[in-house]
Amino acid sequence: MKILLKNITLVHPLYKLNKKTNVLIDNGIISKTGNISAEESADAKVFDMNNKIAAPGFFDMHVHLREPGREDEETVVTGCNSAARGGFTGVACMPNTEPAIDSAEVVNLILSKAAGHLVDVYPVAAATAERKGEVISPIAELVEAGAVGFSDDGVAIKTARVLRRVMEYAKMYDKPVIEHCEEETLAGGAMNEGINSTLLGLPPLPSVAEDLTVMRDIMMCEYTGARLHIAHISTKGAVELVRQAKAKGLNVTAEVAPHHFTLTDDSIKTYDTNYKMNPPLRTQQDIDAMIEGLRDGTIDCIATDHAPHAIEEKEMEFEYAPNGIVGLETAVGISLTELYQKKILTIEKLIEKMAINPRKILNLEIPSFEVGEKANMTILDLTEVWTVETSRFVSKCKNSPFDKRLLTGRAIASINNGRMYYQDKFLQ
Amino acid sequence: MPLSINHLLGMQGVPREDIQLILDTATTFKEVLERPIKKVPTLQGKTVVNLFYESSTRTRISFELAEKRLSADSINFSVSGSSVSKGETFKDTVKNIEAMKVDFVVVRHASAGVPQYLTRISNSIIINAGDGTHEHPTQALLDMYSIREKLGRLEGLKVCIVGDISHSRVALSNIYGLKTMGADVSVCGPATMIPRYVEQIGVKVIHNIDEAIQENDVLNVLRIQLERKAREYFPSLREYNTYYGLTTERIEKNGKNVLILHPGPINRGVEISSEVADGPAQIILEQVTNGVAVRMAVLYLLGTKHS
Ligand SMILES: [Zn+2]
Repeated sequence: MKILLKNITLVHPLYKLNKKTNVLIDNGIISKTGNISAEESADAKVFDMNNKIAAPGFFDMHVHLREPGREDEETVVTGCNSAARGGFTGVACMPNTEPAIDSAEVVNLILSKAAGHLVDVYPVAAATAERKGEVISPIAELVEAGAVGFSDDGVAIKTARVLRRVMEYAKMYDKPVIEHCEEETLAGGAMNEGINSTLLGLPPLPSVAEDLTVMRDIMMCEYTGARLHIAHISTKGAVELVRQAKAKGLNVTAEVAPHHFTLTDDSIKTYDTNYKMNPPLRTQQDIDAMIEGLRDGTIDCIATDHAPHAIEEKEMEFEYAPNGIVGLETAVGISLTELYQKKILTIEKLIEKMAINPRKILNLEIPSFEVGEKANMTILDLTEVWTVETSRFVSKCKNSPFDKRLLTGRAIASINNGRMYYQDKFLQ
Repeated sequence: MPLSINHLLGMQGVPREDIQLILDTATTFKEVLERPIKKVPTLQGKTVVNLFYESSTRTRISFELAEKRLSADSINFSVSGSSVSKGETFKDTVKNIEAMKVDFVVVRHASAGVPQYLTRISNSIIINAGDGTHEHPTQALLDMYSIREKLGRLEGLKVCIVGDISHSRVALSNIYGLKTMGADVSVCGPATMIPRYVEQIGVKVIHNIDEAIQENDVLNVLRIQLERKAREYFPSLREYNTYYGLTTERIEKNGKNVLILHPGPINRGVEISSEVADGPAQIILEQVTNGVAVRMAVLYLLGTKHS
């Protein structure tokens, strides 16, 4: 397949690039930029991309693809379709599957399911066998199979003792330990502890539960010299701890999910389970801290924590409903609306947080726009006003608190691995 | 004037006029309950389902009696455990019950917000009979009724709720209702049993029971949970009783007439001594009688509003 992107603005912060040009892609490879003759593009599909931006392909380093185990909720392929539609060309999938990603076999299974897709899939393996926090998983074997990080996501690594061993081991392979920070003995609530949990009578989950584990993990990161990545940061206290750790020069990075810089626990007033997630929605103060953390670089990247759930599981008593939302198909629009349009981040900074930094954290190659390189890009329309329609999601599930939300800016196409997703279709 | 509310989900947001109307109507029904034939035909032909996902014999019997006194047909549907345990989902259960053409669902559930959720999936009139640690509005209404009956008013009274506020659905409903009616509300208990943010809803926090007695006209004493899980909130029953238990000596020492309420069932010798529980200051059994009258009033007012 040959594609000509006419009048497209290439933006690549790593190369300080921001330039309008034409791009010819031949069989998935950038074959020429600049002036392209009619002859050269004779058999190409031509897209007029005037006023559109091409960024290095966006990467979501925290998604739950549910396979193996809950293929009724999502599969590697449907999750990748959802990613492509949302503007992502790569994802890292979390290991809380059934069985957990704690063996090379499961890594291989996921990689084989993803083979040939537009979206690249990189498994994050479990830090401990069955994510039980007792025995460290076969890290060397998992790295060899293709695991890019280690996490017991869903929970934090249970004890400081095991955390230490995981960090020491992962450090040998320069892989990050990705932590879901939540002190187990304070966990178990259904929403953030605050005035709203008091009014709603729901069991509270205090922000200090997150802060405590972030603090423990940072101290262990300092002690072992391993790389620590804080998943879905959500509290003001945790952002401050990461800021201090970075100032000390520690190998600590952090991601935030779009819902944690846009929604507060005020939304739970009607007990709508679409607002139930873990970490829970917090307060305006916490949102302000997320925004400041994104602005000053304390928070390195945006990750969705994409967590599809079947309707019958979400439609129940709030306390019993599972946590999480479909994130892949709204993340770019929300980030453009809340961060770029509101002038919190420039487009370059936003691209760093959605394309470059996640790959840096996982030691992955960053796509470039050089001739001869593989075309791996996300095309953005920064001004399109659109409404989220969860019914149009291609994820198997539709659980999202952002239904009917008006957004400005969206990813209109994803290009990678010789394929293009455009206007709700794969072209190849 | 009919009620402004269509369901009784909680006391939060229920306007003063509605509370007034419910309490006044309850007075009428209490007179009915004193008659030899304690039955009126008001809700004849209406069907009420008492959907209890948590056992609470007292509340269920009180509702059932209220329904029978109003000549409604009532059905008890009790489910032990939660819908999480294998089997039918809550939604499916409700849809099944709906298909039987019912008019009211009185619901008790261990999870907060279930009555609100029910209004989204059901067309019946919903009455909350206690949801998790959220609300128990008919208990608050009967408490207010009992106080008003005894002291003649609610406005300007000082009322303190004593005990495990964090894990109580009675507390929150009382706080909302009493504040709407112009009472001054405080809570008293050890810090481990007081919700961290409760002062933000305009409630004073007291940790000393003597102070609570001195400062208030009414004490609403909550039952202390004796199950082991609840025990992390206080060191021992002995310590709780010593520092928060309501005894005659304690009341006399403070030289004050206070009205004592307790939603029951009581733990004698824990949150309240037998002497107080059976003494002249309490109206615990009166509350039980009033509970039926208040629930009749709620059913009647919601039921006739819709027809
Ligand atoms: Zn997590």
